Amino acid sequence: MTGMSLDAKPKLLRGVRLTQSEAQGGWVLLAPEKIFKIDAIGAEILQRCDGEKSLAGIVAELASAYNAPVEQVRTDVIALLKTLKEKQLLDL
Amino acid sequence: MTVIGHPAILSGPIGILAELTHRCPLACPYCSNPLALEGRETELDTQTWARVFREAGALGVLQAHLSGGEPAARRDLAEITKAANEAGIYTNLITSGIGINRDRLKSLADAGLDHVQISIQDSEAASADRIAGYQGAFRRKQELAAEVVGSGLMLTVNMVVHRANIERAPAMVELAVSLGARRVEIAHVQYYGWALKNRAALMPAREQVERAVPLVEEIARRHKDRIVIDAVFPDYFARYPKACVGGWGRRSLNVTPSGKVLPCHAAETIPDLEFWSVRERSLEEIWNKSPAFQAFRGTDWMQEPCRSCARRDRDFGGCRCQAFALAGDARAADPVCHLSPHHDVVDRITASAGEAEYVYRG
Repeated sequence: MTGMSLDAKPKLLRGVRLTQSEAQGGWVLLAPEKIFKIDAIGAEILQRCDGEKSLAGIVAELASAYNAPVEQVRTDVIALLKTLKEKQLLDL
Repeated sequence: MTVIGHPAILSGPIGILAELTHRCPLACPYCSNPLALEGRETELDTQTWARVFREAGALGVLQAHLSGGEPAARRDLAEITKAANEAGIYTNLITSGIGINRDRLKSLADAGLDHVQISIQDSEAASADRIAGYQGAFRRKQELAAEVVGSGLMLTVNMVVHRANIERAPAMVELAVSLGARRVEIAHVQYYGWALKNRAALMPAREQVERAVPLVEEIARRHKDRIVIDAVFPDYFARYPKACVGGWGRRSLNVTPSGKVLPCHAAETIPDLEFWSVRERSLEEIWNKSPAFQAFRGTDWMQEPCRSCARRDRDFGGCRCQAFALAGDARAADPVCHLSPHHDVVDRITASAGEAEYVYRG
């Protein structure tokens, strides 16, 4: 489980903003001196990282919304959150 | 601006460096401002900056770096910030830390400011104040850093590294961690503007750079759960040039206090370039058609060894201003590249680095 608790409540840090960009043709994550392109699934994940929903709750919501296996969704969610945590863009 | 991840998939202009004023209480000898500073009477007014940000937003620009000089020298900084925010642009305040108290910080946060970057000149007070040319700067910067973190805004500390302080790069990272910054830039002086004038005093010895790099890497690993470190070491010691501003006229633009639009902050050092102003034209027209932006866009302007180089779409031949400054030809390969026929100039400069007095900006 790569050391991430399913009870953790991920939250994008203040100063990190998910927004849509027409020029870039989709979602972008704006952070200090950095811009990341985010795909549609990533945006669905990050929109739920509000500091209130738990990791388990986010996974359950997405699995249900996309009719996808929980295991697979959990792997995707953890991979993205781990990357953003390493870049100091997200608190867990 | 650094775009981490997949820079190739981003397109068009994404960042604007808004030099709101050249006025600054500090006098750092490596200041990136031009030697001929633009005076207060030439500065754009609030409404014009608001229009510039609206046009930038429409052009697809995602981030504004509110810089200077010291941007807080402008009384309308909060209004300008609000205008950028309303244009949908992420706002990054680049400040010396002088001129912003708790109330002013709150007004900036209320205006939608996303991020604060404070420059700190050294990890030791006396040296930091000497470099900044301002008594008490070190203490005031730390006070503002505490206010920023206390207010919940994200803080980056920018540590400018050069000959006099490169040995303390690890201590500077420790200081940034203790201030509660989530990000620290260990940014080696870039030799433009006042830094080019002071190059002999600022250039580190090769051994200093070689000692500092692994120490910074080690401390980055040690603190990876608390802070992210972006370290830029001097390109004069590199084998290949940097992809300066992500390519000329490709990802970013710079607006001077008086409204001139430049492909990079040093572009005016290249002779015979024609710059257009936001006073007369829209940002879109300037971005697409101004002679200065067209001059080195793409790869058609390149000479050998860039023209046939496999890296030409990655580093774009390096920096045009540096090519002019060191090789006397803005179309030449950046002489820091080991493939440049002028590379010996760089070796001579780095080998002759030594003690010299700073010339402070006025």
